[in-house]
Amino acid sequence: MPDLLIIIPAYNEQGRVGRVIEDVHDALPGADVLVVDDGSSDGTAQDARAAGAAVLSLPVNSGYGVALQTGYKFGVRGGYETIGQIDADGQHRAEYLTAMLEALEEHDADLIVGSRFLGADGHYKPPFARAVGIGLFAHLTSSITHEHISDPTSGFQLMRSRVARLFCSDVYPTDYPDADVLILLHRTGYRVREIPVQMRPSPGKSMHSGHTGPYYVYKMLLSIFVTLLRRGTKVIPRAELAP
Amino acid sequence: MISANLRIVAIAGSLTLLVFIVELVRRRRLKEEYSVLWVLTALVLLLLAVWEGLLRELAHFIGADSQASTLYFFGLLFVVFLLLHFSMRVSNLERRVIVLVQEIALLGERDGTGSSAADGGDYHAAIERERERETSLS
Repeated sequence: MPDLLIIIPAYNEQGRVGRVIEDVHDALPGADVLVVDDGSSDGTAQDARAAGAAVLSLPVNSGYGVALQTGYKFGVRGGYETIGQIDADGQHRAEYLTAMLEALEEHDADLIVGSRFLGADGHYKPPFARAVGIGLFAHLTSSITHEHISDPTSGFQLMRSRVARLFCSDVYPTDYPDADVLILLHRTGYRVREIPVQMRPSPGKSMHSGHTGPYYVYKMLLSIFVTLLRRGTKVIPRAELAP
Repeated sequence: MISANLRIVAIAGSLTLLVFIVELVRRRRLKEEYSVLWVLTALVLLLLAVWEGLLRELAHFIGADSQASTLYFFGLLFVVFLLLHFSMRVSNLERRVIVLVQEIALLGERDGTGSSAADGGDYHAAIERERERETSLS
């Protein structure tokens, strides 16, 4: 049974994605790496293959959440026990994956989030509007889940296959998976933990450009609200799942 | 009281709509399930146009000044519901398209071709041409 799969959703990351794959291989030599190419028009897929990753190509550009969920489906069908995800633009540092893997065992957690704010070393300074948005959702998520969540927008995560299995279902918000996902996990009984990570400054553009602006705030508030309303949905609670 | 002209137009309009919908279903240009809201709209408009007492009561009930505006109001209300209905349909279609897009990507991996927008035969050539066109324009 394969152990560990690292998913890298990528959209037009030629020239960057190869480096990320190498970093993941260096940090976790035993891990399989899957690049989900979100309908890129450049050489992202070739780059990824050349760097030794498996590649799935979405025939049309469908967005970050859709690409990620494709990776979860691949991982669940492939029988991976642990599934991680890391951005293709080099913002996330692959060397933290080992710490995240250890934290998963240590805390008996179901999902580990790499938080750029937890260390409180102030190495990462988002633009003001973004900081306000992240702060708002961090506060909201923390008060709903009674866990300290400092970076709900972080896409640097590592999870057990049962979480990925849940993410393969309809309950996963493919448009902006974010704080609402953490709340969904909490309400389903899964254990979410954060560990501090360092991140490099974002190169600007990329798949997360939607993560600012009024629509994002509106969508996230609505999504959190309806997640809270969906008491006792078809979601399978942690207790009923095989380990 | 609505004018005789408006009454005639309203009756003729809703009848035409009704006949048109049935004809579309007959020719299989409109699926039965999509016709439900349209038929309802046409029938209610027809009912309001024909039955003046109902229209008067309704106008009184919603506090409208004129019966004509009551007719428009209900026409508009149904259009809003129709649009909402289509938004639901589009959401559902989008959800299904996402599942299909993902399955196509997963199938590509299985047969080993790793079919990609950027390296799949003609599609690739088309994108290449498009890119050349863009660079020559800029």
